Amino acid sequence: MSEAVFEPRIVAFFCNWCTYLAADLAGTSRMKYPPNARVIRVMCSGRLDPQFMLKAFADGADGVLIGGCHPGDCHYQEGNYKCLRRFHLLKWVVKEMGIEDDRFRLEWISASEGDRLRTVMIDMVEKVRAIGPLHWNAPVEEVAVS
Amino acid sequence: MPESTSTRRITIDPITRLEGHGKIDIFLDDEGQVERAWFQVPELRGFEKFAQGRPAEDMPQITSRICGVCPTAHHMAATRALDNLYKVTPPPAGRKIRELVYSTFMTEDHALHFYFLGGPDFVVGPTAPPAERNVLGVIAKVGIDVGKKVISMRRRLRELTSLAAGKAGHPVFGLPGGVAKRLTAADQVRFQTVAADAVEFAQFTLEVFENVVLKNSDYVNLILADFFTHRTHYMGLVDDHNQVNFYDGSLRVVSPEGAETVKFAPEKYLDYIAEHVEPWSYMKFCYLKSPGWKGFTDGVESGVYSVAPMARLNVADRMATPLAQQAYEKYIATLGKPVHHTLANHWARVIELLYAAERMKELADDPEIIDPNVRTIPTAVPTEGVGVVEAPRGTLIHHYQTDERGLITKANLIVATQNNAARIAMSVEKAAKGVLSGKQVTEGLLNMVEMAFRAYDPCLGCATHSLPGSMPLEVRVRNRNGETLSILRRS
Amino acid sequence: MKPKVAFYWCASCGGCEEAVVDLAESILDVVAAVDIVLWPVALDFKKADVEAMEDGSIAAAFINGAIRTTEQEEWAHLLRRKAQTVIAFGACAQMGGIPGLANFSNRAGVFQTVYQESPSTVNAEGVLPETTHRDNGHTVTLPGFFDTVQALHQVIDVDYYIPGCPPTPQLLADAVTALLAGKLPEKGTVLAPDQALCLDCPRKDTKPERLAISEFKRPHQILIDQDKCLLTQGLLCLGPATRSGCGARCIEGNMCCTGCFGPTSRVRDYGGKVLSAIASAADSNDEDQILSILAGIPDPAGTFYRYSLPVSELQRKRL
Repeated sequence: MSEAVFEPRIVAFFCNWCTYLAADLAGTSRMKYPPNARVIRVMCSGRLDPQFMLKAFADGADGVLIGGCHPGDCHYQEGNYKCLRRFHLLKWVVKEMGIEDDRFRLEWISASEGDRLRTVMIDMVEKVRAIGPLHWNAPVEEVAVS
Repeated sequence: MPESTSTRRITIDPITRLEGHGKIDIFLDDEGQVERAWFQVPELRGFEKFAQGRPAEDMPQITSRICGVCPTAHHMAATRALDNLYKVTPPPAGRKIRELVYSTFMTEDHALHFYFLGGPDFVVGPTAPPAERNVLGVIAKVGIDVGKKVISMRRRLRELTSLAAGKAGHPVFGLPGGVAKRLTAADQVRFQTVAADAVEFAQFTLEVFENVVLKNSDYVNLILADFFTHRTHYMGLVDDHNQVNFYDGSLRVVSPEGAETVKFAPEKYLDYIAEHVEPWSYMKFCYLKSPGWKGFTDGVESGVYSVAPMARLNVADRMATPLAQQAYEKYIATLGKPVHHTLANHWARVIELLYAAERMKELADDPEIIDPNVRTIPTAVPTEGVGVVEAPRGTLIHHYQTDERGLITKANLIVATQNNAARIAMSVEKAAKGVLSGKQVTEGLLNMVEMAFRAYDPCLGCATHSLPGSMPLEVRVRNRNGETLSILRRS
Repeated sequence: MKPKVAFYWCASCGGCEEAVVDLAESILDVVAAVDIVLWPVALDFKKADVEAMEDGSIAAAFINGAIRTTEQEEWAHLLRRKAQTVIAFGACAQMGGIPGLANFSNRAGVFQTVYQESPSTVNAEGVLPETTHRDNGHTVTLPGFFDTVQALHQVIDVDYYIPGCPPTPQLLADAVTALLAGKLPEKGTVLAPDQALCLDCPRKDTKPERLAISEFKRPHQILIDQDKCLLTQGLLCLGPATRSGCGARCIEGNMCCTGCFGPTSRVRDYGGKVLSAIASAADSNDEDQILSILAGIPDPAGTFYRYSLPVSELQRKRL
């Protein structure tokens, strides 16, 4: 019996106007990439409250991916810049909490970049698989002093 | 060794009318003699650990949470450590505002202890029913007008601390090189008014003490009782004239005979003071490196020493303000010097209350206090700093090491009551033996045992900011919601 | 019969007790209206007295302090049994508070710092405190110390919260009044205004519609203007994401809000929300410049989770 391979659970927040369409394009083009991501569509990457990403990790995600429009292309002008600022500060915080760099990514993927989406997904899944499960909400052994 | 079957055990849990958690376990043999009494501190939080990684300028507000009764003490020790860390000196107004707020705080805290914490034992009586043995009983005894006066005085003092420092509970004003906010002329008038009333109030409190305690021969006998007496070394901050100073100075140690053994700059504390660990308490016990740790014993050969009011008055040659000096002279004339009777701390505390109020008035009257220049911006790259103040409950040392950005890499805190920890343990055991041995144990007598620690006005949250740690006995498995899934115990 | 009220402290500093005493003259009204049956800082009632009470006989227990040791967890359960209403009093009970910062470490880490690295501790024998210690036929005990600090509601069911470090006497007085009148709101409510501090700040008129911070400053690096919004001066004021009700005392003290009142009801993870507000204000769209601006925040995790780490989504650092 082969050993079960760890399949990372990735939560992906994709903006409606760019990355989500890229995912559709990859799909209609029948591009193959690992199915590990649970995609959540938001209207803009600027909609992303850091609480969403924190909750994703706390509730069992092994990795969190944000996909938004390239700088300058945001459907709402500046939303993706807001996302960029929040992403970096949040990244430092989750790193301080013990979550490895490769688990948390921000990528700019435009509507026509189905292929880039595929590459990013393959790369992320492999990197997270290499680190291993996060299992943030696993039962914790609490040792009391003797 | 199996537990003795003829041993009776009495536990006082929790101890009350102090800051922090503690319990006292008393073991009696079948003749009713006290074999042993343990003073245990069951709490701690780990400040020295979680200070690591924090910006040093946050330490005054983080360390103030070591104690919400004496937050200003920690805030001030931390602020002075920051001065040392950044090699920066506040401008005169900055320093004076700090000392003014500090004197205001000392007045308020010492008054709190007398009326709310330790005082009830004397005003209402040590063996009075527990429901009366508290500030409400004090108010019932001294009358509602006096009670309101006490409450009002405390409120006014705390309002002033809030005025200058943001909040009385966890002030915010300390910065390396000064304070965050200047005082206006209107602020000064408020300080002057309250300070004048505070001096009167302190004198009134001294009168209460004299009338209620010193004129009561039972209480005087209690103060002088051998089972409430220990002969140890004493330590405290003194200024250049060997006068008590809460804010700044050198640390002076005197022997049980009252002779100065050493006087040192606070930054050198590691050469003179060390901490000892016992398996039965989370609180560590400070001792003098010379003569060293010899156990829980009195005497010049033992490293056990004491701090706080009685110690400070032993260490000083005189008080820096006139009314306090008068009171001091009377105190020494009555008890001699050095004073070894632990309950005399209550008297010494009221004398310090008077000094604090007088000092508050001196600073409030100083025209420089309203100078708008209250900050020196530091320019040095930080590495290491030590700050020391006299907290109400004793010498308080904050020692920080940082990286070049000023983030804490290491923090060492010697906190007031820790300096007294060994003597407190000794006092509780000696009092238990003296008060309970061969007697019918009553609730009132147990309170008299508690009086042995209460005189030190201990702050056990302060004393146990840190954790020594140990080996596992009990394993609890909890899920992320905190629900206990299972408990495993090693027998 | 006057309703019975209890005050207890867990991993606490005593500041919440001081907040009760700060009721000042009003405390006499409180004492006239209720029977305080437990308050270790001021009254001599012991654990045995509480254990002897009938379950549910205490009208309200105000519990402050975080849960750090087994003894504190036991007391939380004890008071939950004895009290009809449990109110988490202060930031530590509500969110873990400053002691919650220890969740960046664990028991072993704290042990090592104090025991092996403390420059003043002399302990060649490696003596450690024990939960059970035997000496000459006597056995004494100490409570266990958990790896992880918890807030009160993470160990018992909590009815209401009074925020603050410490809470203001006014909030406490209002809560006691509501309790005695039977007019407490829906269970689980935080008994304080439900809006951000900025809306009540004395400097709000100087806060621009669009905050743009080109450089973050630390308070000792600049002279702090006593009238202008602290954020506009580049200082890390957490007012935008912090619940109001404190009277903006720290701002009146010319220092930043550090977030002790926690979030409004519409936020789950305080640190995540406040970092969002702060990051959004970084005044650049260029990634390198953004990184440079944000690097001016020396301790993001410790600053944003100063009081709330145990109740954050991640709760503690994974070591």
